[in-house]
This record gives sequence, C-alpha cells and structure tokens, in this order.
Amino acid sequence: MKNFKLITLALMTLLTFNACSDDDDATPTPVNEEEIITTLTVTLTPNGGGTTVILKTQDLDGDGPNLPITTVSSNLTPGTTYVGSIELLNETEDPAEDITEEVEDESDEHQFFYTISSGLDVTTTYTNFDSNGDPLGTTFELETGAISSGLMTFTLLHEPTKPNTGISDAGGETDIETTFDIFIQ
Amino acid sequence: MRLFFLILVMLYCNFTVAQNCNNTISGTVIDLHDRTLLVDAKITVLETKQVVLTSSEGKFSVSNLCKQTYTIEVYHAFCETKTYKIEVSKDVEKVFRLEHHLEELNEIILKGKNIKVKSKTMLENKISKQDLERNSVKSLGDVLNNISGVASLNTGNTIVKPLINGLHSSRVVVMNDGLRMEDQDWGSEHAPNIDINALDNITVIKGASALQYSGNAIGGIIITETTKVPVKDSLYGKTIVSGATNGRGGAITSQLTKSYKSGWYGKIQGSAKRFGDFNAPDYNLSNTGVFERSASLRGGLNQFSSGWEAYYSLYKVETGILRASHLGGAGDQVRAINSPQPLFIENFKYNIGAPNQDVEHHIASLKGFKKFNNFGTLDFKYGFQQNKRLEFDIRRGDAKDEASLDLKLNTHTLILDLDSKMSSTSKLKLGLTGQYQTNFADPATGVRRLIPDYDKYNAGFYAVLDKKINNQLLYEIGARFDYTYLNALKFYRTSFWESRNYDTIFQDIVVEGDFGNQVLVNPKLNFYNPSATAGVTYKFNEDYTLLFNYALASRAPNPSELFSEGLHHSASRIEYGDLRFNSETANKISLTLQHESKNFSFTINPYVNFINRFIVIEPADVLQTIRGNFQVWEYRQTNARLVGVDINSTITLNNHFQFNHQFSIVKGKDLTRDDALINMPAASTKNAIIYKNKKINNLYLRLQSDYVFEQNEFPNTNFEVFIPEAGTREIVDFSTPPNAYHLLSFDSNIDFKLNETSSLSIGLGITNIFNTKYRNYLNRFRYYTDDLGRDYTINLKINY
Repeated sequence: MKNFKLITLALMTLLTFNACSDDDDATPTPVNEEEIITTLTVTLTPNGGGTTVILKTQDLDGDGPNLPITTVSSNLTPGTTYVGSIELLNETEDPAEDITEEVEDESDEHQFFYTISSGLDVTTTYTNFDSNGDPLGTTFELETGAISSGLMTFTLLHEPTKPNTGISDAGGETDIETTFDIFIQ
Repeated sequence: MRLFFLILVMLYCNFTVAQNCNNTISGTVIDLHDRTLLVDAKITVLETKQVVLTSSEGKFSVSNLCKQTYTIEVYHAFCETKTYKIEVSKDVEKVFRLEHHLEELNEIILKGKNIKVKSKTMLENKISKQDLERNSVKSLGDVLNNISGVASLNTGNTIVKPLINGLHSSRVVVMNDGLRMEDQDWGSEHAPNIDINALDNITVIKGASALQYSGNAIGGIIITETTKVPVKDSLYGKTIVSGATNGRGGAITSQLTKSYKSGWYGKIQGSAKRFGDFNAPDYNLSNTGVFERSASLRGGLNQFSSGWEAYYSLYKVETGILRASHLGGAGDQVRAINSPQPLFIENFKYNIGAPNQDVEHHIASLKGFKKFNNFGTLDFKYGFQQNKRLEFDIRRGDAKDEASLDLKLNTHTLILDLDSKMSSTSKLKLGLTGQYQTNFADPATGVRRLIPDYDKYNAGFYAVLDKKINNQLLYEIGARFDYTYLNALKFYRTSFWESRNYDTIFQDIVVEGDFGNQVLVNPKLNFYNPSATAGVTYKFNEDYTLLFNYALASRAPNPSELFSEGLHHSASRIEYGDLRFNSETANKISLTLQHESKNFSFTINPYVNFINRFIVIEPADVLQTIRGNFQVWEYRQTNARLVGVDINSTITLNNHFQFNHQFSIVKGKDLTRDDALINMPAASTKNAIIYKNKKINNLYLRLQSDYVFEQNEFPNTNFEVFIPEAGTREIVDFSTPPNAYHLLSFDSNIDFKLNETSSLSIGLGITNIFNTKYRNYLNRFRYYTDDLGRDYTINLKINY
C-alpha cells in the first residue's frame, strides 16, 4: 500500500508540473515565406536603340491555387541583339525583397536555362558565370533571327550539377519555371 | 450500470455442494529449476471449484475430496499453468513443480499470467526475440515485413512504415510497452520512432479487435513488449554487435538487468546504429545514411499482488533522404523519372546533408498494478511522450541551415485497466483512457506550417468479455467508445480559403486580424467514435481450430488529413486536406483456420474490410505556379473495400529440415469510383528452407526466396505536364507499378558456450544474393532509383 501512496504522489507531481508548462492560447504568428519568389522580370534591351521588351511573371500566392500572371510588353524585332537581365523579387514582403542578389551570391549553386521551342528563331548566350567559370545566366544576350513565333521558357535550377550539357542532365530543383509567348515581327 | 454490477457479483459466487467426502490432497509447489518454494500459487480443483493458495512455506491443502479422479490446475505468476490428474482414494501428498519461462515470458505488465493473449478470436502474429536479435540493424518496419499480410510503405530504405493488410499511418496503432506511440504517425514519411533493440517481442494483430488498446486501429495493432524481470537475485545482460557491407555500417546494443528476490529490479539499455550511403546494384544512393541512438532505463518493484515501474526512454534518429529525390515541381519529376539513373550521384559518404530528418522521441512512464482477491487486477499507467521532428530541405541564402519543418508534439496519457477473472471460464476487461495532446509548429522555420498548432483531448472507455463455453468453444465480445475534441489554430492562404468556399461555410471560425494574404482560423472539432468486436474460437480437435472475428472500428481524421494545405517539400507535391472530413468507419470480418500437427501446420486467414468514408490521398490535379507545375495530392473520403488472404505454412521433414511458406494478397477497391485503390501492396510469397542441428552448437541455416508480384490493380493517376524543351504537354506515367521481382537471401547462426553463465552467437547473412535490380511499388523513391543491392551481414551476440 505504501507503494501506491508513492505512485499517487509521483503522479500528482507529474501532472502538476505538466499543467504548469502548458503554452497559453496565444495567437500564433503567421509565417511569411522568406525564400519564395513571386516575380520574375526579364528586361531585353536592344543593342543600338529601339524598344525595350519586358517579360514578367507574377504569382503572389506562391504555391497557392491562384495561377501566375504572365505578360509580354511587346514583340521582338527580327535580326536584333538584345541585352537581357533577370530580376527576381519576393513581393510578399514590403518593401519587396530582391532575390537576384541572393542567387548571384550563390552563383555556383544556381543556373538559369533558356529553352526555346522549335519554330522560334532565337539564340541565347550566357554573359555571366560563377567562380568556376560555369554559366549562371542572370544576364544573357539574345539574338533574334527571322520573323517567327513560339515559346520561351526560363528555368532557374537550385543546386544543379555543374557543368552540365543542358537542363535534362542538370538535376537540381526548380526554383522558377515560366514560359512566355514570343513573337518576332 | 447497477444491473451490470449485480450480474458481476452473481457471477462471482461459487456454489459449493456439500458432500460426504473426507479425503485431502496436500503438498508443496516448487520451482522446477532452483527448487524454491512458490508462495501464493493457486491450486484449483476443477471438478469442485475449490481454490486454495500456497502458504508462505509453499504449502497447500485441499480437503473434503471424494474417492475419484480430480483435475488439479496449478497456477503461479511467472510460471506456465499446469494441470494434473490425481486419483484420490485416501489422503494424497504431492509436490507440484512449475517451470519459470523467463526467456519466453511475454509480459509487459508486471502482473501474473504467463502469456497474455491480446485477442482471443483473432490470429496473433509474433516476432520472437531471436528474430529481433538477428535483425539488430534493421528498423521496426523491416522486421514486421516478415509477417504475412504485413508490408511496408517506404521512403527509401531507412524510412519504413508498416502496412497491415493494405492500411498504414494512423490506421496502424503501435503500442510501445503499454503506451500508444504518439510520434506524428500521420505522414507517409514518418516511420515509427522505436529502436527494436529495446524490445523483446512484437505481436501484430491484423485488425481492431483488441479494444483494450484502441478503437481506431482500422489496419491493425503492433504491440511491442519487453520481458518481465524475474523475481530472484540475479545480474544478467547481453550485447549485440552487427555489421553490414551495404551502407558500410553497423549497430551495437547492450543491456544489463539487476534483480532481487524482494522484487526490486533495474534495467538499462542503450543502442547506436550508424550507416553511410546505401547502394543500389549499379550506383551509390547519395545521402541515404542513418544515425540512430537510443537509451532506456527502467526500475521498479515486482511482487505477486502489487508492483510498480518507472521508465524513461530516449530515441533519436537522423535520416538522410536520397538527394536525387529532392525536386522542385513536376518538370523536375519528369526529368528524374526519364533518367535511367538518379540525377545526383556522388561518392560514398557517412555524412548526412539536406534533405534530411532529425527526430527525437522521449517517453517517461509510470505503471502500477494491484491485485484484489476475488476481484481482479487493477492496472494503472501514466505516460508522457514528446516527439520533436525537424525536416531539412535544400534551401537558399540565410535559411540554408534552418529546418523547414519544426514540430513538437507533447502527449500525456492516463490508462486505467481492470482485468477480472469472473469465473474459471470467463474474463472481463474494463478500462478508461484519457489523453491530452498539444502540437507546436515553430514559425521560425520561415516556411508555412504544414501541421498547425493544436490541442487535442481524448477520453475513452471499453469493456471486453470472453467466455469459454466448453473446451471447444470460446466467445469474445467487446465495445469501446472514444470522444475526441480538437482545437486548432491554422493559417490558410486566403486564395485557398476562398477557392474551397470555406469563407462562406466556415466564416464563424475566422479569427479577427490582418495577416496579409493569410487567414487565421480556429476550428473546434468534436468526434465521437464507437467501436465493437465479437468473435468465436472453435476447436474441432487437437489439430484444427477456427477463429472468427468481426470488428467495427472508427477513426477521427488526423491533423494532416484535416489541415494540409500547401507545398509538402519533401514529397515535392502540394497537399490539400479537408476541414469538412468526419470519421471513417470500418467493418472487418476475418476468419482463420489453424492446423497444427507434428509435421505440418498452417494458417489460412481470409478477410474483408469495408471502410466507409475512407480517407485516401491521391494525385488529383496539376497546379501551375511560378515554380512550374506541381502535382496536387488531395485527401478525399470514399467508400472502400479491402479483400485479402494471408497464408502461412510450415512443413517439418525431420529434426533438421523445415520448410516455411507464406503468401499474401490484398485487393483494394474504391467502391464510389469503381476503381482500384492507390498504394495497395502487391501479392507476395516468401519461401524458406531451414536446417537446424542442436548437436552442432545449435546450427541454424536458412535460405529464403522472396517473390513480389507486379501490382496489376491501380488507379490511373498519370498527369499532363508542359515540357519546355518540346514546347508541348506530355503525359507522365506516374501510376504504372514496377515489374515483379525475386530476391534470394541467406541467414545463419551458431552458438558457443563461453562459460557457465555466458554464451556467444555468431550469425552471418547475405541479402539480395544475386545483386538483383528491382523497384518496389510502395517505395516512394521507385520513380528515381533502384532498390538496395547485395548486402553481407555479420552479427555477434554475447549473453552474460
């Protein structure tokens, strides 16, 4: 019987302790995702003057059910070389956070890929590289050929195998994948 | 209730008939091995129902016996009950010898009775101590895989979740040393947090019929136990060291027990297991290492009529997740599936990097029991569990080393059981449970919570009665009721909240405040879950027994099924739960025919399980985001039917050779959609030839063949995804199961006596002897990589 008293005592102590350590019903703090990229803007500036073309994708609810909104400001001009630069933003924060810097800081862990569908007469060249001399691609050069139209996809991979022969053997994980309808006229 | 007690009291009354007989049986009860006198052994004369207990000198005497043959049952805690036929013509003196079965004792709880049957009308499958010791490096799920009807849902080869008759996660209850494990069992990549080296045996009941444990085990119950410490002065222990070539690692486990004649005892146990990257036949599986540690301590007092035990255990595991399985969206999945080998292969290493899991489980418990004469045994348990789970993903920038999931689940459980033998033929079990659980999801991860903060209260009570009608027929009935109250605080994305129309259905639960593009809600949910069981066991003769069991079980949806909403990074898919879910209810009928004879024994166990409002998660859609396409997996409720059969047989040729055969198949059907259920295990058969020879140091050799058929029933969940390279949408075959495969393994063991008290066992084994390339339908990494290649193992065990 003595043991039972002991057990009861021990149990009461335990229960009391636990009752005290309870968290109160405080309102939890919301999590604003820091790594999320909501907006990609590609600025194409023609060499030797002309209309700058802006390609933009915005997905403010991230992986929520709302679809991203994609816009192309105007058509490209045939036979022109454009200087391309890419800007990445997290617009869930105020002011918006520039993710491009983060990507460029970790250049050896990132790479942009530009995928051009058949029919679209465009070639691209990387113009910035990581410390190992492998392409990064937040800046690039785009050369248009003849009048044509098609799709152009920008893919940003995180931790791809570098160097690689292209997106199919790069592995890694997609941070951005967005496709634009491009017209060269 | 008053009527019930009246009946109870009436059942207790023993009606003795006066007789003109004056013979006496007297004598002593002693331990067969050390000849100590056994106190409080119970002597029952079955014919007259006279019951006496042995005195402090181990003596007894039963008088008023007539001149006839009597059946005497001798029972003592920790011993096997024995019956004797004694012819009485004059006064008789007898010495009854009982055998202590310390090695085989299957008791967790400290009370008497040697082997505790969990369900009398359901087939129980056991994993013995020898099997556990031989598999010292394996996980609980791997070991359970050896039971017919038990498969596993794998995330690689280190995260292994048991699947019983086609069901898993919250439908499989794990009772660890008397306490229900609360280790976030909802996720398919959350393996049970148990070190098998801390266990002495495991029992699997493939159904919900053991109501004393739980009413919601729609799949089944896994009961893990430790051997009871003997009541004598002793100090003993064992150490097992194992090594394996695949993964280039091993495990060490050691335990030591000190016991006293007075009943006091203490036991300490610890294990460590470490593996680097495992390998498939053709390549290294980068980042699949595992580092597991566990320690436990128990102590208490074990006496005949009362006892208590205090227990603490810590389990900690770091598990690497195959690097090549960490993907962005569906585009990455397509590239990974189309690649003949994983897209990320590095050289072997021990170091575990992201993605990985880091899980910690603490258990502190206090148990006690007290026997009341003519009333029964009262058991009491209190347990506290803390489960901390960290999941790391490959992240960018400042968040690189931060966990992306950080959950802390605390659970307090209180259990009160009354086990009473109402008569020599009937037993009643009554019990109450109370539980409080609180989950905290740390917002510091910078990733939206997959599982919200919640408090959960649960109260349940049960009654199970079993009665032996005669030597052939026994029946069992039981009922249980559980009430669950769940109070959660959850942030939903406004866009999701509105797309589901929750803003009109659940407008009352929205918490005021401005949270940007999120809504805070406070669902308070009530679930009422009745469960019941009824069964009979009929013994045709010495050889054949038939068991029939019906079980009604109901289960409240778990937090993952209710609240999931968003990207589940480690699965690279978006998961949606549903706040509107209610409990699922299962009706399972199972039949077992058992045959046991000297040379041949078998069990055939067909069953059918109808589950209403079955909660299933499947690919439902593909969502386009700025990160590309993502598969959307959605939980939905449907009516399901599972039909299957498990067959086991053993043929003993002679003292040395034995053949074991196993076959199991289960067919899962979605009755609402008239389609197959996803993730049902394929039919499989295991066949082994065993050679044993006691004369050559207990030599044991086993050659086993495992054949897994191709799953030919599956829902079509293929999806279309945009392929930028082609500029078109393509169908991705995500549902076709992999081919059938056949594996061969070899296992051996030999014992050496070192001295009077210690012995050494050496075991050698090879798994996947032919280094066969294969993929299993129920391994989530089957899309990306082959399963494990050949493995040589060595196992040394010292008993002292």
